[in-house]
Amino acid sequence: MIKFDRVTKRYADGTVAVDDLSLEVPTGEITVFVGPSGCGKTTSLRMINRMIDATEGQILLDGVDVKTIDPPTLRRGIGYVIQQAGLFPHRKIVDNVATVPYLLGWDRKKARDRAMELLERVGLDLKMADRYPFQLSGGQQQRVGVARALAADPPVLLMDEPFSAVDPIVRTSLQEELLRLQAELNKTIVFVTHDIDEAIKLGDRVAVLRVGGRLAQLADPPTLLARPADDFVREFLGRDRGIRRLSFVSDEGLRLRADLTVSASADVSTVRGTDEPWLAVVDGENRPLGWASVKDLPDAGTLADVRLAPYGTFVRGRDSLRGALDAALLSPSGSAIAVDEEGRAEGVATREALDEALGKVAGGVGA
Amino acid sequence: MNWLIDFFGNPDNWSGPDGIPVRLLEHLEFSGISLLLAMLIALPLGLWIGHTGKGALFAILSANAARALPTLGLLVLIVLLMGVGTIVPVLIPLVALAVPPILVNTYEGLRGVDPDLRDAAYGMGLRGSEVLGRVLVPVALPLILLGLRIAAIQVVSTATVAAYVGLGGLGRFIVDGLATKDFPRTIGGAVLVALLALIVQLGFALVQRVMVSPGVSQRQTIR
Ligand SMILES: Nc1ncnc2c1ncn2[C@@H]1O[C@H](COP(=O)(O)OP(=O)(O)O)[C@@H](O)[C@H]1O
Ligand SMILES: [Mg+2]
Repeated sequence: MIKFDRVTKRYADGTVAVDDLSLEVPTGEITVFVGPSGCGKTTSLRMINRMIDATEGQILLDGVDVKTIDPPTLRRGIGYVIQQAGLFPHRKIVDNVATVPYLLGWDRKKARDRAMELLERVGLDLKMADRYPFQLSGGQQQRVGVARALAADPPVLLMDEPFSAVDPIVRTSLQEELLRLQAELNKTIVFVTHDIDEAIKLGDRVAVLRVGGRLAQLADPPTLLARPADDFVREFLGRDRGIRRLSFVSDEGLRLRADLTVSASADVSTVRGTDEPWLAVVDGENRPLGWASVKDLPDAGTLADVRLAPYGTFVRGRDSLRGALDAALLSPSGSAIAVDEEGRAEGVATREALDEALGKVAGGVGA
Repeated sequence: MNWLIDFFGNPDNWSGPDGIPVRLLEHLEFSGISLLLAMLIALPLGLWIGHTGKGALFAILSANAARALPTLGLLVLIVLLMGVGTIVPVLIPLVALAVPPILVNTYEGLRGVDPDLRDAAYGMGLRGSEVLGRVLVPVALPLILLGLRIAAIQVVSTATVAAYVGLGGLGRFIVDGLATKDFPRTIGGAVLVALLALIVQLGFALVQRVMVSPGVSQRQTIR
């Protein structure tokens, strides 16, 4: 655990970058520092590995004041990833990754083996190992930066806007990669970003800082979205706060109807009498094919002959309520088809069911 | 052309204390010692200033001052003060000539290293000396070598002044040739100096190729 205890940083020119900051970064979680530019995120992060020393207060790393640890020793035990990757241009990728193991005096072979293992872990082609940084794209360099930070298996990882300089598609894949890695590694991660969406996507907990380096709110993403502490946080969270919250609501409370799915091999006459306007048609393996409009059914034949309307699905138990709502909006039926991990239909979430679930969420915001 | 054949074709010019081999060795001696001394002074100073950022102004000012010194004038002055007899009077102006380019390029080379890179190096837990030796110097090496090359070429060309105060080196052919209106001799001497400068240039290109990482010079490695 990392604990900030009344930490203040005043620069030589009098700028107070961080003001009386107290917070805890729990072990094994991603804590995101987010806020507008100049609010003291980088300063806060860099005080942990003593790239900057706090003016007042203490930062405790597992109970030990970092100021009592010699900076190079401290830093070798903390992974550090920065925006521009900061790879050593004169060293091959594999040696870049092995930087800290070399410093720690590992033997060369062991260090390089470890580096190769990490390159693979962060999703890089091993052909890259013998290249130099200038031969890699920005996104690849950033992956190397992450591998390098992980090389000596430090329990703590500090990341300062690591994905801000890459294009949005690469950024998304890097974010997903980080979440995947974190699920395996359970590091204590402090992640700095100015992008609230990134903060909400990655953070187990999000610390919103305001300019002047004061903590505005520290909460998990759903709480942050549901109950911003003040106008500053509300404004910083921006539009679509309500919709975005749904990403954090499990679809488990959503009532499914099994009676709205029919097999494509069924005869039209067997379903004509139903009161329902739409039926979800599935194939022999129970995979969705589309929606059949009951009033437009032909006079004879099976459902396989019917022109079906487009449909949307969500994975039951994995997707959020937002995923279910999104799936419903993709279809003229206004309902979403729930599927299992194999893509087999489990039932239908109707408009009424969605409405009911949304009502519970709205009720949960509290007065 | 004929003059060159007159000079280089004459076997007398290839032996004895006034022959090409002896003069060449003398020339290399002045130049080599001066360059070595200049490196001993300027490299550590440049590394220290570039790494710590301290004393930069002092270094630039004194480098500029040293550049403004007239080499020949300085040489004559020193000879008047110390007399001839040793090669020291030649070394002082040559060292003064060689220090500024080495110092300034070393300092500028280090200072020009991307601050993010320096930051990452410290952030990984490298100590100050490790940051200097393992990161800054390898990355700044092209500029450091450039400084050395400029210094070496200047020293090799300028070491001819030794002849003006009665010392040896390739300058002897030029000075003696002028004095006795033996133009083949003068031109032969000048050609030798130019060749030597060319060899120095090529030598440094080779050193650069061997010492600078392909990642820094951004040479595509084969694969
Ligand atoms: N070395 C410094 N000297 C003086 N002021 C600084 C220094 N570094 C940062 N600051 C100031 O401290 C404040 C916080 O900076 P920083 O922590 O970099 O913010 P952020 O990372 O949130 O953008 C800013 O006002 C910035 O201008
Ligand atoms: Mg910053």
